[in-house]
Amino acid sequence: MDIQLSIQNLTKRYKTGDGVTDISLDVRKGELITLLGPSGCGKTTVLRSIGGFLEPDSGEILIENKSVLKTPPEKRPTAMVFQSYNLWPHMTVYDNLAFGLKIRKMKKAEMDFAITEVLKLIRMSGSEKKHPGELSGGQQQRIAVARALLLKPAVLLLDEPFSALDAKLRHEMREELREIQSKTGLTMVFVTHDQEEALSISDRIVVMNHGHIEQIASPQEIYDEPKSLFAAQFIGKMNFLKGVVSADQVIIQNLAFPNPKRLTGEVSIAIRPENVILQDGEETGLSGSVKQIMILGHYAEVSVDVQPFGIIRSFQPRDQVKHLHSGQKVKVNFSKALAFPAV
Amino acid sequence: MRWYLKAVGPKKVFEFLVLVVFIVFFLGPLLNLAILAFTGNWVYPDVLPKEWSLKWWSFVLEQDEIASSIGLSFLIAAIVTAVSIVICIPAAYAFARIRFPLSRFFLFSFLLTNAFPKMGLYISIAVLFYRLDLMNTLLGVVLIHLINVLMFMTWIPTSAFRNVHAAQEESARDAGASPFRVFRSITLPMAMPGIAVASIFTFLNSLDEAQGTFLVGIPNYRTMPVIMYSIISDYPAYAGAVFSIILTAPTIILLLAARRFLSADVMSSGFQLK
Repeated sequence: MDIQLSIQNLTKRYKTGDGVTDISLDVRKGELITLLGPSGCGKTTVLRSIGGFLEPDSGEILIENKSVLKTPPEKRPTAMVFQSYNLWPHMTVYDNLAFGLKIRKMKKAEMDFAITEVLKLIRMSGSEKKHPGELSGGQQQRIAVARALLLKPAVLLLDEPFSALDAKLRHEMREELREIQSKTGLTMVFVTHDQEEALSISDRIVVMNHGHIEQIASPQEIYDEPKSLFAAQFIGKMNFLKGVVSADQVIIQNLAFPNPKRLTGEVSIAIRPENVILQDGEETGLSGSVKQIMILGHYAEVSVDVQPFGIIRSFQPRDQVKHLHSGQKVKVNFSKALAFPAV
Repeated sequence: MRWYLKAVGPKKVFEFLVLVVFIVFFLGPLLNLAILAFTGNWVYPDVLPKEWSLKWWSFVLEQDEIASSIGLSFLIAAIVTAVSIVICIPAAYAFARIRFPLSRFFLFSFLLTNAFPKMGLYISIAVLFYRLDLMNTLLGVVLIHLINVLMFMTWIPTSAFRNVHAAQEESARDAGASPFRVFRSITLPMAMPGIAVASIFTFLNSLDEAQGTFLVGIPNYRTMPVIMYSIISDYPAYAGAVFSIILTAPTIILLLAARRFLSADVMSSGFQLK
């Protein structure tokens, strides 16, 4: 296993009290890793430290086993794509792309070839002579990605590169980025606050909160087995109920679930909407009444009012909600429930 | 007639009237000036001169003092522009990029020179210049001119530099450019429109400056506007008209040349205190 980027005990504190503490992270070669968290959680601080735009208070950053801490950004083997304002409006697309290559004293013919190739890769062939002002937001971000690719970085850093784009375009760009990544085999560190984006493109996700790491795992694992209450809240939709542990079982009213974490006392129980089962009035379960049924394409979201817990959301196959109507009495059961220590 | 007015609509009629008023008040005096400058003989109440001639042109251009004053004015304007660029562009960059204590106060202080009555300011400066032996020297005149242009030359480029986003500079660093190269290839070219506008204003302002030059530069440094005063008072209006055309020409030429940089945007964003 090749470690391309290694962050060890990175700490950077701002005067305001924000920042990151004791971040350690190994990124394998060819891996796309996402730093995910709410704004102010320190994900951008980590990224900018890797790129050389911030000097950490302590810790170590190794790229291909060499420390880069003392290296200024222009000498680091990293390339960064920013959220916006990546391009230089007074230069054509060609000049924007060639800027870094000219500094590296690449030959003109080689440069032309590389630029034609990279424009083909991002499906923007023939736009060499345009100015950034003539491009749409999505095209500008593509050019920014292309410029970063041309630098042949050891690690590509992306700082919420698609967050300024509209939803449809964001989707397309994600797919394209994934494709580029599989073609080039680049190691990428991607920063986002959008959990859906993180789930869809990452090999692994680093969930961050308040300047520290909550969990590092694959999207599957983070979704199915969130380690902390924060990770459970932040990723995907979740219902939260209060329960207690008794006789080594997690109890919600008349329902009981296993207690693998050996928790005691009061607990918060997290349940994915797709793990909520709605049954007729006679079955065991929490009794509630259907509040609202929303058809969302191939599935439906049914919200059920369960006293004293409040609204529980559930996802149901569309053909199974036909017999449901609002106000109907139902029994709610769960196929899977995760317990966390109560806050 | 009436059907026509109705057809074009009141808005068009109003716009036409505004245009007429504009022409009368703005172009009228200029037209009058142009006619005066080429007049041989013009007696009231004739609408146009009886005789056209270039005699006032040759009269004005034959005066040694005038020709040399034109040269001097352009020399001084060029020096003032160059010096103010050297002084103000780094200052503007600092205001735009570096957070230092009281930066807003310092930026604001550039406005102060324009807040006092000019003559009072010049007289107190003259007192100082006497002490420093700067009266009647080129350096003294240049310094007086600089006082007037410091504000333009700092405020407009400051906002121009602010409009260059940090991400744009950082991308260039990231692509391998040293900080100096980033400034040369990215920041400076992007701020260029603002700097160009400020420089043109500086040049024109210096070309036009009379009060301070009169006080500090007399008798050796007599620039165009200073000579203008004496011509207007000593010679017929025709000579004055010729001279004011000579004085206006560079302004118009420079403004036309700079048309592509000039926009209300550059101007207004230059005068925001951020």
